Amino acid sequence: MEKTVINDSNYRIRKGKVIRTRQMTPHEKLFEIALDGGRSLDHEPGQFVMVSMFGVGEAPISVCSSPTNRGYFELCVRAVGRVTGTMHRLEAGDEIGIRGPFGKGFPIRVLEGNDLLIVAGGLGIVPLRSLINFVFDNRRDFGKVHTLLGCKTEGDILFGDELERWMKRIDVHYECTLDKAAPEWAGHVGLITTLLPGVHLEPERTFAIVVGPPIMFRFVIKELLAKKIPESQILVSLERHMKCGMGKCGHCQIQDYYCCTDGPVFNYSDIKHIKEAM
Amino acid sequence: MSSSQYVILRKDNFDGFISRLSKLQKLVAPVSKGHNNFSFEEVTSGEEVAVRYIPTILPPKKYLMPQRETLLEFNVSKGLESTPVVEHEKTTIFGVHTCDIAGIQCLNMVFSTRPRDFNYLTRKGATTIIGLECNDYCDEYASCALVNANLPNGGYDLFFTDMGEYFIVHVNTQAGEDIIEAAKFFEEAGDDQLKALASLREKKREIFKNEVPIDPRKIPELFDKSFDSKVWEELGERCIACGNCTNVCPTCYCFDVKDEMNLELKGGRRYRVWDSCQVEPFATVAGNHNFRKERAERQKHRYFRKFRYHVDKYHRLFCTGCGAGGAAEPAWLG
Repeated sequence: MEKTVINDSNYRIRKGKVIRTRQMTPHEKLFEIALDGGRSLDHEPGQFVMVSMFGVGEAPISVCSSPTNRGYFELCVRAVGRVTGTMHRLEAGDEIGIRGPFGKGFPIRVLEGNDLLIVAGGLGIVPLRSLINFVFDNRRDFGKVHTLLGCKTEGDILFGDELERWMKRIDVHYECTLDKAAPEWAGHVGLITTLLPGVHLEPERTFAIVVGPPIMFRFVIKELLAKKIPESQILVSLERHMKCGMGKCGHCQIQDYYCCTDGPVFNYSDIKHIKEAM
Repeated sequence: MSSSQYVILRKDNFDGFISRLSKLQKLVAPVSKGHNNFSFEEVTSGEEVAVRYIPTILPPKKYLMPQRETLLEFNVSKGLESTPVVEHEKTTIFGVHTCDIAGIQCLNMVFSTRPRDFNYLTRKGATTIIGLECNDYCDEYASCALVNANLPNGGYDLFFTDMGEYFIVHVNTQAGEDIIEAAKFFEEAGDDQLKALASLREKKREIFKNEVPIDPRKIPELFDKSFDSKVWEELGERCIACGNCTNVCPTCYCFDVKDEMNLELKGGRRYRVWDSCQVEPFATVAGNHNFRKERAERQKHRYFRKFRYHVDKYHRLFCTGCGAGGAAEPAWLG
């Protein structure tokens, strides 16, 4: 048996360095990463990378920073498995292996000029943060921006300091609701769908972008359609198990689609008939 | 039929041909394992080769996409160093039935679709394929006529047809011609022999009839109508989720990617191994949400991958009619 190096292998790893970390909650940690040689990741908001922990494995992780930051990118990771658990032990100065970016992100060129209704449930804020910050960095290219966030408890809120800044901005309408709140919580309590009736929008010029746990999509999309947002103006980002990121390994297949190459961002009108999607 | 592309190998030269071929590069062929089981294994003489055989326990895809192969070697002792690699060996596969050739053609399409899989493609380039015709049905599980895989349809370098006293061989590529030149046992086919081949093919049209009462062109449409059918529940009730059906399938290629450290804990490798959509964790994400929790959903997924999803993507059915999946099921699903 011969062994040959494949220079153009799609399994080749790009080396990166952890520049800074921040424990966000007891379960989520934020990593700021710079690729070797000062190279930019050059991703689109909504794309993901495969993170390597050599000896443990790889896991698909959404990029949560805007591509307008060219010197570094950020990953916000919940420790739920072996790879993400190991990743949580990384600190500034440690090296990290990256493949990607992979997948189709949010269609920025299509969104430009339109109003945006961004609906994030739980960890859904992570991929959406790349879009939201991209929109803020290019704010005049977009119309009105509504951002709705739903979390289980106050302790589950990610990027709390940034959310406070969003609340102060005059060019974004931001609201947050909790499933369960302590008595001192002054904001909304209830499921994220309870925020939607209060949003005033022009449906024909609004794109709704929804990311959250599987159960959330059905309920939120029902409300969006009731608000007369056209099906083709509803975007979702789906989560699946992935091993290769290249439409081969089969783990992320959703009927006709591969979540890794056809998604993770999908247009609702393309997948509404796909029963396994949501 | 152009006669220059057909040559003859007399049966008494078969052993000499096989041993000569095994000296050119690694040669594998179907070998009897007893109890009507066969397996592709390395051979050096003609008597080891089972010229009549039913589908082997594993299809010859195991040479193009090994059960386990290294994708990347890494070293973590001084920072992260890693090198993508491919393991390959020049190999001739002798005696591939038309169903298994169809399976290899399916895998070729998948792995050459961008982003390309250079591990598979390197091995594909190092493989010579010699087909072997089925003059009759191999067993009761075959449904090759349904998917039009009972007659040769390209995808090989040489193609052997057993004519009793001799083999008639179609030379399809220059690589095949090089073997004919190197082996020196072949003579040009005469008109009578070409006529005999044509009449064998004619006879095969009488023997091989669509085994399933459906127009194959209507299969994708039938699947569209049956997504919510009860048949999947019935299959799910009998399936024991062992994954045999996907392992033996010539067109199943799903894989897992895993890491392994050396004992000194400095270096290691990332490798891929065959995986199966039939096993429970296959579609489970972190946090334990399983997108295909029920066996019924997983069986439905397998059938749809063969007859529906890939038809849109690759414009062909991903079933070769070999019958291996049905034969390998411990709880007969049919």
